[in-house]
Amino acid sequence: MSRLQVNELRTHGRGPYSLYIADGECVSLRGPSGAGKSLLLRAIADLDPHQGQVQLDDTPCTQIPAPQWRRRVSLLPAESQWWADEVGAHFAGRECPWLRPLGFGPEVMGWQVSRLSSGEKQRLALARALMNRPQALLLDEPTASLDAANVAAVERLVAGYRTDTGAAVLWVSHDAAQAERVGARHLWLTATGFEEDRP
Amino acid sequence: MITLSALDLSLAACLVLALAALSWRMRLGLSGQLLVAAARTVVQLLLVGLVLKALFAHVHLLWIGGISLVMLLAAGREVMARQQRRFTGGWGFGLGTGAMFVSSFAIAILTLVTIIGADPWYEPQYAVPLLGMLLGNTMNGIALALDRLTATAWQQRAVIEQRLMLGATRHEAITDIRREAMRSGMMPIINAMSVAGLVSLPGMMTGQILAGSPPVEAVKYQILIMFLISAGTGFGVTTALWLAAKRLFDERHRLRLDTLNSPRNY
Repeated sequence: MSRLQVNELRTHGRGPYSLYIADGECVSLRGPSGAGKSLLLRAIADLDPHQGQVQLDDTPCTQIPAPQWRRRVSLLPAESQWWADEVGAHFAGRECPWLRPLGFGPEVMGWQVSRLSSGEKQRLALARALMNRPQALLLDEPTASLDAANVAAVERLVAGYRTDTGAAVLWVSHDAAQAERVGARHLWLTATGFEEDRP
Repeated sequence: MITLSALDLSLAACLVLALAALSWRMRLGLSGQLLVAAARTVVQLLLVGLVLKALFAHVHLLWIGGISLVMLLAAGREVMARQQRRFTGGWGFGLGTGAMFVSSFAIAILTLVTIIGADPWYEPQYAVPLLGMLLGNTMNGIALALDRLTATAWQQRAVIEQRLMLGATRHEAITDIRREAMRSGMMPIINAMSVAGLVSLPGMMTGQILAGSPPVEAVKYQILIMFLISAGTGFGVTTALWLAAKRLFDERHRLRLDTLNSPRNY
């Protein structure tokens, strides 16, 4: 059960942004490209310097070490990065319960990262991010390179994770129909703040 | 010992001139650089010869300290000049220079006091060449390692940040890159030690033998110097990389590439 609260957040000359996501709630976020959606997510994950406060339940970001914060507030970037040759090394040899719902068998751990398609990378990156059992998810276009069946699988998985754990989810999407499907509330990002969005 | 006359050196200079002429003929565009570098060698070494002569005549800690400082600053400038992406502000110069100071001076003093045991311990005949050897090699190692670290961190910033997003500390996020940088800084001296005597006769030993020292004495000094250089380079590179890797992040474990300048000539 975790609520994410953003107060007067300013980053890279943008903002102030204020935002509240209740526990177990998913909020969709859209906006013109270049509006700063990714920058906003980076600031919430404390990857960029910023002013203002971000809070998970009653814990302000600044009160716990940054690595711990990022394990709780997980940012899934639009383009995932992989540093080892084999997929399994990125999961530190641990069992991952999200592989099957995303359409992978256990043998995927032995696959070479260099031979993954962009869609496979995107789904595996989600599974990898969930391994930290985050209490808040910041998803940056998590289905951009997926086909319809896999889009549905990802949406189902995130919805299931959200209801099981009460995690707060902020979902950036370019697709109005997807924003409508996944979000209980919808926001539109401008350089100076949010507007209500009606996809 | 056979001393060299000005005529002997002029004959050797003719070889360089011939090479410059060839390069000019083949339009390699190297002749200018080659001649300037050769002229610099003559002037700088002659000056150093005079300085050393004066220094040997007036043994005083202050004089040794002064010349050591000049050597350190010149090496620090050289390390900075070889960086594609150097740290902004005083860090660009201070980081490499500080690391060289710590390792080279510590090892030089330790060696002079405990191993060589000249009287006084700062006897310039031993102190200046030893420090010069240490500084020159540590400088190479640090310049290579720092350049590798900052260039790789720049190229792989997305990977570093991905690891941070997954909850890695700044130390965990850069550790692979730092290991690679350490390897490239240490490779020259490891190679030099591996092939010493087989492929190449080290310059210092060659010089001593040419100047008339018994070969075994020259070899013993060369072994000492090799060990000191590898220790000096290793500690210097470790210190520089530790400082640089720390500098690349802030206290919230964010990758801060704004601590680096963009490369020149781009």
